[in-house]
Amino acid sequence: MSQNSRQNLVLIGNGMAGMRTVEELLKLEPEKYTITVFGDEPYGNYNRIMLSPVLADEKTLEEVMLNDDDWYKDNNIRFEKGKKVTEIHRTKKEVTAEDGTVVPYDKLLIATGSTSFMLPLPGADKYGVIGFRDVKDVDTMIEAAEHYKKAVVIGGGLLGLEAANGLMKQGMDVTVVHIMDTLMERQLDAPAAKMLQRSLEEQGMTFLMDHQTEEILGDDRVTGLKFTDGTQVDADLLVMAVGIKPNFELAQSSGLHCERGIVVSDTMQTFDPNIYSVGECVQHRGATYGLVAPLFEQAKVAANHLAELGYARYEGTVTSTMLKVTGIDLFSAGDFHGDEDTDELLFHDASSGTYKKLIVRDDVIVGACLYGDTIDGTWYFQMMKDETKITDFRSTILFGQAHLGDAGHGDETRVAAMADDAEICGCNGVTKCEIVDTIVEKKLFTLDDVRAHTKASSSCGSCTGLVESLLAHTLGGDYSQAPSKKPLCGCTELTHDEVRAGIRKHTLKNHVEVRETLGWKTEDGCAVCRQATNYYLLCEYPEYNDPESRFINERAHGNIQKDGSYSVVPRMFGGMCTPKDLRAIADVADKFNVPEMKVTGGQRIDMFGIQKEDLPAMWKDLSDAGFVSGHAYGKAMRTCKTCVGDSWCRMGTQDSTGLGVKLEELTWGSWMPHKYKLAVSGCPRNCAEATIKDFGVVCVDSGYELHVGGNGGIKVRVTDYLTKVDTEEEVLEFAGAFAQFYREDAHYLERTAPWIERVGLDKIKAAILDDAEGRKVLHERFLVSQKPAQIDPWKKHAEGADEHQFQNIKIKIEA
Amino acid sequence: MSNWQEITTLDSIPVLGSRVVETDSVNIAIFRGKDDNVFAIKDECPHKKGPLSQGIMHGDSVTCPLHNWKISLVSGEALGVDEGCTNTYEAKVEDGKVFLNL
Repeated sequence: MSQNSRQNLVLIGNGMAGMRTVEELLKLEPEKYTITVFGDEPYGNYNRIMLSPVLADEKTLEEVMLNDDDWYKDNNIRFEKGKKVTEIHRTKKEVTAEDGTVVPYDKLLIATGSTSFMLPLPGADKYGVIGFRDVKDVDTMIEAAEHYKKAVVIGGGLLGLEAANGLMKQGMDVTVVHIMDTLMERQLDAPAAKMLQRSLEEQGMTFLMDHQTEEILGDDRVTGLKFTDGTQVDADLLVMAVGIKPNFELAQSSGLHCERGIVVSDTMQTFDPNIYSVGECVQHRGATYGLVAPLFEQAKVAANHLAELGYARYEGTVTSTMLKVTGIDLFSAGDFHGDEDTDELLFHDASSGTYKKLIVRDDVIVGACLYGDTIDGTWYFQMMKDETKITDFRSTILFGQAHLGDAGHGDETRVAAMADDAEICGCNGVTKCEIVDTIVEKKLFTLDDVRAHTKASSSCGSCTGLVESLLAHTLGGDYSQAPSKKPLCGCTELTHDEVRAGIRKHTLKNHVEVRETLGWKTEDGCAVCRQATNYYLLCEYPEYNDPESRFINERAHGNIQKDGSYSVVPRMFGGMCTPKDLRAIADVADKFNVPEMKVTGGQRIDMFGIQKEDLPAMWKDLSDAGFVSGHAYGKAMRTCKTCVGDSWCRMGTQDSTGLGVKLEELTWGSWMPHKYKLAVSGCPRNCAEATIKDFGVVCVDSGYELHVGGNGGIKVRVTDYLTKVDTEEEVLEFAGAFAQFYREDAHYLERTAPWIERVGLDKIKAAILDDAEGRKVLHERFLVSQKPAQIDPWKKHAEGADEHQFQNIKIKIEA
Repeated sequence: MSNWQEITTLDSIPVLGSRVVETDSVNIAIFRGKDDNVFAIKDECPHKKGPLSQGIMHGDSVTCPLHNWKISLVSGEALGVDEGCTNTYEAKVEDGKVFLNL
């Protein structure tokens, strides 16, 4: 597109919300607009939430700059630095700055932010009376600290306490004046507020609670405050941090509808369709926001519409709060007071300085207030946004996520206390200080950013919670948490559930139709969404197969190894075998010079180091000896592990091996959202470890206990007890029905354990335990889907199916 | 200097799929795009030498099967924040036949 055919986009306000919108827009449509940015501060775009650390001398201004002058140049953005826009002429579609600069627009984005609310007190115009909002305020404070001693902050809220902390770090004596009798009353309840006040007093801060200012004293410069009760306090510097006020005068004077802010719709449009607005200056569905996470979500939506994609909607944000004061850990979110319909879960240990309160309505968290130990704040917050039912772990929830049984990390989840060289991501060998340094240097905000730049938590994902905690800890307050509605991948805004519903609603038959009908942003998708949609399609249509959208393991029916060779695991039903079977495997291993073999955890024999070209011939020999594929490579039913059972074991109560074989004959070959393992133990001693499998059977004298949702991997989880049945036939019906319900309901790459934690055991019980008819229907559907799935892929390929992929083209380069 | 060599037929490469061309010195992955365009790249990820031919192709890039690096089939460069580059080769289709410039 030539420069001339571009439209003009003008942004008023060079703050975080506006610039984030521009960055998002450049990612979507870099060529669409000629962009002009007006900013009335004489700086590039900086991270306003980090002003508190700048004031506290923990960071420099350079460190919190997000976009410097070069960035604007590199992106061909005209940057009108230090120019304040004074007029928007909506009929002429142009804006005028105070120096007379006029710029026409096709689309206008207003992101004028907010200013400190200054109390209209007598004397508020004296020198030394300031707000706490921008770099200029911070400079004034730092300068005052060099010449004066006494600082007073009016406002015991989040911003006031951060300002007070910073001034104290600058060496001033700080008194905080608050009109209420507890601090941060919008974020904390009384007990937590008292604990906070005590900690801050120990650090040297003075508080005048329940004090209302009547007058600011002094001649030119402030010298003190007089309160309504007649008392006075000395002050050389007075910071008013009683709240923020959306800046909408400019918008209002141009005739745009404003109430407490510039009123915008779910598409971030003002009442003039050519004018968008984002950030702290807007009022959306009656709410105004002063935190970062909502701004970023708004920026995404505005960019989506400016790029004329037109599908994103902003539906409001549930926010949480942390305080950026060193040594103070507090977290609060939602309704932390509760009412008569809510329950309060409380842990309070005053001497260790720990306070945790959750407000729960109908087993869903609606509010949280934590002090001292906030490590689980992000976890509670996520469950609150997802409306997760906490029924199953309500009695231990206050002890945190680690208490649920995280064998991987356990007590190590206390990130703040961890040493700098502590390894956070065990898969990729990333240490705490590497992550923290990268967050600071590259100015990262989100988990995805950290993953991309450091690789931490990008492999198995078990350290995701740790990385999120580090992010929250490093950024201090409101870092941009993952939105509760997570798109499947970068190619679409739709969630897993929405993609699946779309496939069902429109009867989409292949991956191209999915992307076209559901409005994908990329033509071919990516490795993430192709594999997910491939699974959803084959779950709907059992015959469906698109090899090019599957991971190589499922295309080559072997597990790719680090050197590009493959491993081969023949299926041995229930782990049972005969001398003839073992001899056949040994012969194959000899014939193909298998360099290494191993007995696997799932009671199978694994042959390593096989070249891809050899796979079909090897499979032919195994197939001739009666073996089928073991699917050790797939997101599929893997193995059914068994213990010896009553045929030999003196403790055995039932034929566990026989039942294991039957279960594996029923389920083998089935493609699943993730790997899927079964086990049958012959007695409650549970030698087959059935209670850490996706579907486990523990035989007892009177029948069979069925357990679901166990996991022995990344995060050990013991199964939930489903029910007890009397016969093997019932076990098989439950096994098929449970597998099918999981296949149809879980997200791709979600194992049964996190799936059950997400949807709740009640949903599973309702579908397959309480509803006998529904169980039969699910089992029937499972049997139908098993018909094509149990055509052995090894045999098919040994007979020549898709032989191209196994044969390289050999050429001699002619000189 | 051009040295175009006939390799195989277009039909023998699946759409959004690949074949491996083995020479004395190097393995080359040839990919076929949605519009029957072809790409040729050294079958070795710049990260840990994963066989790119075995990855999932999308647009003009491929995701390595070992650690999910995204590699441009046009430039051979790693995309996103990863850094690294592998060789690419000129490839073309004429009369349903695939040629490589070696």
